[in-house]
Amino acid sequence: MLPGPPGRESLLQTVCNKVDDVHVPDGFLDVPTSVATGALAAGTVALALRKARTELDDRTAPLAGLTAAFVFAGQMMNFPLPGLPVSGHLIGAVLTAVLVGPWTAVLCMTVVLLVQAVLFADGGLTALGTNVFLMALLAVVVGYGLFRGLVAVLPRTRAGVLTATGIAAFASVPAAALTFVGLFEVGGTVDVPLGTVVAAMAGVHALIAIGEAAITVAVVGAVLAVRPDLVHGAAGLRRGVELQRRPTEPAGALR
Amino acid sequence: MGAGHGGTLVARYVPGSSAVHRLEPHLKLVSVLAFAVVVVSTPVHAPWAPVAYGGYLLAVLTAAAVAGVGPGRLARSLVVEVPFVAFAVLLPFVARGPQVEVLGLSVSQTGLAAGGGLLAKATLSILAATVLSATTEPRALLRGLERLRLPQALVQILMFMIRYADVVGGELQRMRVARESRGFRSGGLRGLRVMAATAGALFIRSYERGERVHLAMLSRGYTGRLPTGPAAVVDPRAWAVALTLPLAAAAVLLAGMLSG
Repeated sequence: MLPGPPGRESLLQTVCNKVDDVHVPDGFLDVPTSVATGALAAGTVALALRKARTELDDRTAPLAGLTAAFVFAGQMMNFPLPGLPVSGHLIGAVLTAVLVGPWTAVLCMTVVLLVQAVLFADGGLTALGTNVFLMALLAVVVGYGLFRGLVAVLPRTRAGVLTATGIAAFASVPAAALTFVGLFEVGGTVDVPLGTVVAAMAGVHALIAIGEAAITVAVVGAVLAVRPDLVHGAAGLRRGVELQRRPTEPAGALR
Repeated sequence: MGAGHGGTLVARYVPGSSAVHRLEPHLKLVSVLAFAVVVVSTPVHAPWAPVAYGGYLLAVLTAAAVAGVGPGRLARSLVVEVPFVAFAVLLPFVARGPQVEVLGLSVSQTGLAAGGGLLAKATLSILAATVLSATTEPRALLRGLERLRLPQALVQILMFMIRYADVVGGELQRMRVARESRGFRSGGLRGLRVMAATAGALFIRSYERGERVHLAMLSRGYTGRLPTGPAAVVDPRAWAVALTLPLAAAAVLLAGMLSG
């Protein structure tokens, strides 16, 4: 994979990464569920293609493409998590939505999932619609919706934006996971008691969500510190510079 | 860029001149998708399902052999499946339905069939997709997707992502070298902060690179569309070659349904 020397360690790292970045494979959900989520995903991507132009105008293709490349690289980074023995890694739906806006985020996540499915065989081709629905659509909609709501209530400060980001990133992971459980209940190919799956998914994903929230807050904080103008979700923090009165000394006083 | 253009993404491609390599990319995409559809639509609980999985496996391995994709490459691609192995192994124990004795353990019969079915279906689709990515360059895949009427805007975003994934990845790699040469040790709150600063800087650099790329393209007359050459006419024989894999799978499925 990208960072890290090739060899045994990087393979192990890949395995670890895969465990918390699970894509639905082929044959997991029945045909009606796959088709329904696929249609929903296709519709939203079509809408996002139009709406992203309001966020990025005619720069959509290069900027969304480069942001997708960033998400792709970022998903391979391993972040140490304080207090936890495992390292976390990013899914990035809320991070992308806060940084470049929700519509562009939908496109970036879709493209990343498409590349992973077609080039890396990660996530089934027939389940691509479901994966886009869960990770590009639901995670962004729930996460960014929550973020907007929180930003409206919380104080308009850096801390307020970061708190909203953290809560939204935390919520996006179980939202996607539990929706997947719901889909599995409706269109799963196996009859599993719902409670068992919910318990298993909730436990694991609570941990993943903590990691996702910590990393997202840290990265948004880092960008806010350097280029606050690039953070789409923090547009409210920007203020025009006030014209300052700086009375000058009379010219004669220079001597 | 010592590694040349496109490290990680192009590394999936195994150069060659087999019949599979020479097929038009969109034919291969259709073929792999159709194969996955056939595999997915196999009823899990049918008594002949395991035989059908064997038949599919034979078909996809034949395709891999024709394409010259080695067993090592195929095995490595299955790494993505690891989380689902755990899930599939667990299924017989949590699923409901009549119980059967296997190796002294009481497990659910439907769970056993379903777990095995899930694993088999996922594995078969991954193998087919691996043959696709090993025999098709990313750029060609893009052309194939465009030919299959993926919206032009999405194709462009994909193109920029594929083109720059390795540039961005290389940047990340250089940041890692810089970090470690300054004595960075991963771990703890400080480590998280350093990594976050890395990711933040990576985002800013990627975004700014996007702006520069856009300006460079404008100065070369970009109007929002990318010129593409005329689409090559596809020989019906190429279709026949491409559809061999899904048709073989469909024949196996049909035979199973008739016998069951």
